[in-house]
Amino acid sequence: MTAPRSLYVQSAPIISRDDAQALAKRILYFATADSTRVTIRSGARANSRFAVNQISTAGDNSDTVITVLSSFGKRSATATTNKLDDAGLQQVVANSEKLARLSPEDPEAMPELGPQQYAESIGWSDATATLDPVLRAAAIKTITEPARTAGLVSTGYIEARGTALAIANSKGLFAYSRTTESVLTTTVRTPDGQGSGWGGSAHWDWSKIDAASLGATAIQKAKASKEAVAIEPGRYTVVLEPTAVGNLVQLIAGALNARNADEGRSFFTKPGGGNKVGMKVVDERVTLVTDPLDPDIGSNTFGADGLPISRTVWLENGVVKNLAYDRFWADKQGKVANTSGGGGGGGGGGFGGGAGLKMNGGDGTLDDLIAGTERGILVTRFWYIRPVDPRTILYTGLTRDGTFLIEKGKITKAVKNFRFNESPIFMLNNLEAMSRPIRVSASESGNTGQAIVVPAIRTREFSFTSLSDAV
Amino acid sequence: MAFSRRDFVRASSVAAAALGVTHLSARSAYALPLDDTLPLQDPAFKELAMRALEAAKGAGASYADVRISRNRTQNVFTRERRVQGVQDNETFGFGVRVLVNGAWGFAASSTLTPEEIVRVARQAARQAQASAPTQLRPVVLAPGAAPEPNGVWKSPIKVDPFDVPIEEKVQLLLSANEAALKVKGSRFVTSSMFFLREEKSYANTDGTFTVQTIYRAQPSLTVTAVSSDFTDFQSRQSTDIQPKGLGYEHVTDANLVVNAAKWAEQAVEKLSAKPVDVGRYDLVLHPSHLWLTVHEACAHPTELDRALGYEANYAGTSFAAPPEQTLGKLKFGSPLMNVRGDRSQPGSLSACGWDDEGQKPEDFMIIEKGILVNYHAITRMQAPFLDWWSKQRGKPVKSQGCSYSQSWADVQFERMPNVSLMPGDKEQSYEDLIAATDRGIAIVGDGSFSIDQQRYNAQFGGQLFYEIRGGKVVGMLKDVAYQIRTPEFWAAMDMVGGPKSYELCGAFGDAKGQPSQSNAVSHGCVPTRHRQINVINTGRTA
Repeated sequence: MTAPRSLYVQSAPIISRDDAQALAKRILYFATADSTRVTIRSGARANSRFAVNQISTAGDNSDTVITVLSSFGKRSATATTNKLDDAGLQQVVANSEKLARLSPEDPEAMPELGPQQYAESIGWSDATATLDPVLRAAAIKTITEPARTAGLVSTGYIEARGTALAIANSKGLFAYSRTTESVLTTTVRTPDGQGSGWGGSAHWDWSKIDAASLGATAIQKAKASKEAVAIEPGRYTVVLEPTAVGNLVQLIAGALNARNADEGRSFFTKPGGGNKVGMKVVDERVTLVTDPLDPDIGSNTFGADGLPISRTVWLENGVVKNLAYDRFWADKQGKVANTSGGGGGGGGGGFGGGAGLKMNGGDGTLDDLIAGTERGILVTRFWYIRPVDPRTILYTGLTRDGTFLIEKGKITKAVKNFRFNESPIFMLNNLEAMSRPIRVSASESGNTGQAIVVPAIRTREFSFTSLSDAV
Repeated sequence: MAFSRRDFVRASSVAAAALGVTHLSARSAYALPLDDTLPLQDPAFKELAMRALEAAKGAGASYADVRISRNRTQNVFTRERRVQGVQDNETFGFGVRVLVNGAWGFAASSTLTPEEIVRVARQAARQAQASAPTQLRPVVLAPGAAPEPNGVWKSPIKVDPFDVPIEEKVQLLLSANEAALKVKGSRFVTSSMFFLREEKSYANTDGTFTVQTIYRAQPSLTVTAVSSDFTDFQSRQSTDIQPKGLGYEHVTDANLVVNAAKWAEQAVEKLSAKPVDVGRYDLVLHPSHLWLTVHEACAHPTELDRALGYEANYAGTSFAAPPEQTLGKLKFGSPLMNVRGDRSQPGSLSACGWDDEGQKPEDFMIIEKGILVNYHAITRMQAPFLDWWSKQRGKPVKSQGCSYSQSWADVQFERMPNVSLMPGDKEQSYEDLIAATDRGIAIVGDGSFSIDQQRYNAQFGGQLFYEIRGGKVVGMLKDVAYQIRTPEFWAAMDMVGGPKSYELCGAFGDAKGQPSQSNAVSHGCVPTRHRQINVINTGRTA
């Protein structure tokens, strides 16, 4: 079997299923532990960045990283390397086994899984895998040229990734998937620094991203956001564009950890003990799911320990349907594991595997939401979102790159940016209306990030706590 | 377990045959540097680096540099009475950066062979050639320092963390956890250690060749207390133990077992602390807290690339811009405010011998008596943008030695050095500042933080909050965060600690650039007092 095609890295292709299987077999051959798990992550990343209407950096890289988890009884440890020759492979196995023997027994250690059945991942695009520097430069030009012609200053970023992930263990489990991801974001500013607009999108299939259209959006918002007026902070009806919704709704995922809830340190802890599964926590129109096979998500179909990831409903009609159980906690609580374990310091995250998140929506458009707003604030996106209070999933952050006042169903003026202190839970309780969901670029850095599919929403009493002079 | 060269050569051909992967099949004598024991000073690496530079020049580069690096990291993390993970990681590879027709190109690979290094150098040139037609203003580099043909630098460590047995590390963390769990009311504890050793060789077409070995270490611990009725939980993070550019001695000096019990008592105390009343307070800020405010609301807005718009799509721009209207003019804070940039403080995270462009960093002032006198994070590409300011001050147009990349796989670019708030002349301590305050809040440790893209509006939490009345701490508060407008916050600073109160704090994860890269920087800091700052209560219920 030949390796997947990739133009931007010719000599170190993303590893194929057959090569991954052969490599894993080779590593397992060197292993002497009671059980061994091998993870192979082989990837290439290509990117171009632009600032002040011209490309400022362009580059690519490739790497194949081997992680070996060795277990002797309940003692285990991991070692990683990117040396693929036999010496490197033997060394990484030896390191892992040496550390494992020295580690104390873990009373929560779980045996490796046996062979599993996996759905085939759908998220590979040749258009993404072959996005070479010339094509990236051409896409960038569709933004920089109109911006320059309009007397504006454009900056932005394109990233494309191809990744193959394989997991194999000494019990015969083997999982393999290959996925691509791409993202384009652009910020266009007026030369006097008084206006700033943003456009961005992400998808595993680059052909779904329309660079010129995203640039046009950013240009329009940069022009429209000049001469922003200050209005009092307070609680407002807001129309949040899909990116802004994604910025906040993805925060719920990190709080879905069942163990934290059961231990009394989570929003999902039930007062008096236990967790909130079965309780209504947000508006009954809200449903949140993870589905690797959703056409807009296309993520891996298995988690870090080889556990299959299938469609999981977290919130359904506003009611908590599932929390994220790793194998140990599921076993202890008599539940079915739906996420990979091995979380770090803080007791583990929410759902595992980077499998994306989708919120359902309504039938309308963003324009419909605006038209139905008597008085409110339109938010393009949020920025620098950081946790404030885990008891309520309360976060703080700011609006950015296009914040407008809506009056009587129309956008009437640009307003200065706000700081918010708000919880996505409160926000989804105060829900008024939703548009159709779309894939967004919801990562703060503009890196490819996790697949997030969300609608635009209108919601009441969104808490803006101060004004910002930032444009 | 080490392997001999002969074993290696034999084994590698077997692996290549087993895999049938082309990039593994063609080894040569140069594959030998993959031997674990070979230091990066080995002439084989220099020869490979020169090969990359020759290939880049052959592909049209007017300037090129290459970094070959081997990063080793180790993580140990625990929870209560169990070890959650022991991880040992190594990554080895190289990156080539070229300047062709006034445009940058970069490529990187983990396959260190003579053929691959040439391919990657040419690939970097392709990247640059594809971008060059978009260049409205070709990149111009400031003159470089005199070449350093054989530079060697190493972090000033006492104990190499990778030489310390894993059992000792595990035992220390579990002992600290046990000490925390003995405190009544403390329910959960996690603890960890992280270590990095980066060996990096660098060469450029100006004739510089350097080899550096950089260490970083961070122990950390978090205790959580939960109320008996499951209606509240509070955590205390060990953020007063800061990461350093040191070895294992930083862990032993952190006194984790003794401190863990103290942190646990504080987590329990937070459950019954009084929710803060919103309003304006005088704030007394401990260095373990203030360093993060310095980082966000002083160091970031004075980065030159932000002021010039290069970060507009991610980290943002700056209120301290444009340079021609701010340098020597902008009143950044009170006359007590003096801020210095450096990559020289021993044990600091930014310390190095040469930056990732082969330039030797110098110390320099950024803010003097409250006035902005210099930007920072200036590289050879950035320096010419401020040539007028350099000439006005009679200084050469040159890099500050602030080029940095997080790994071989990422391109280097302009990054923050250590940016430190300097002590005042008067010798006074954190306790002295509290004693001088009639009604206020003292804050210890960093917590929640958020700031806008021009660094005007910021909000900071902390770990511990104490109510001050009549110069004395009268009790603990909770749900405290303060909101500021940056220039007003620094203008409201009316007391600064003296030389003995100066502490070196910092962070590993300073993110900037696209693709986003993590920088590690320290911030020297003294305690300060700020008058009448807006404090909010973050304990919402609906």
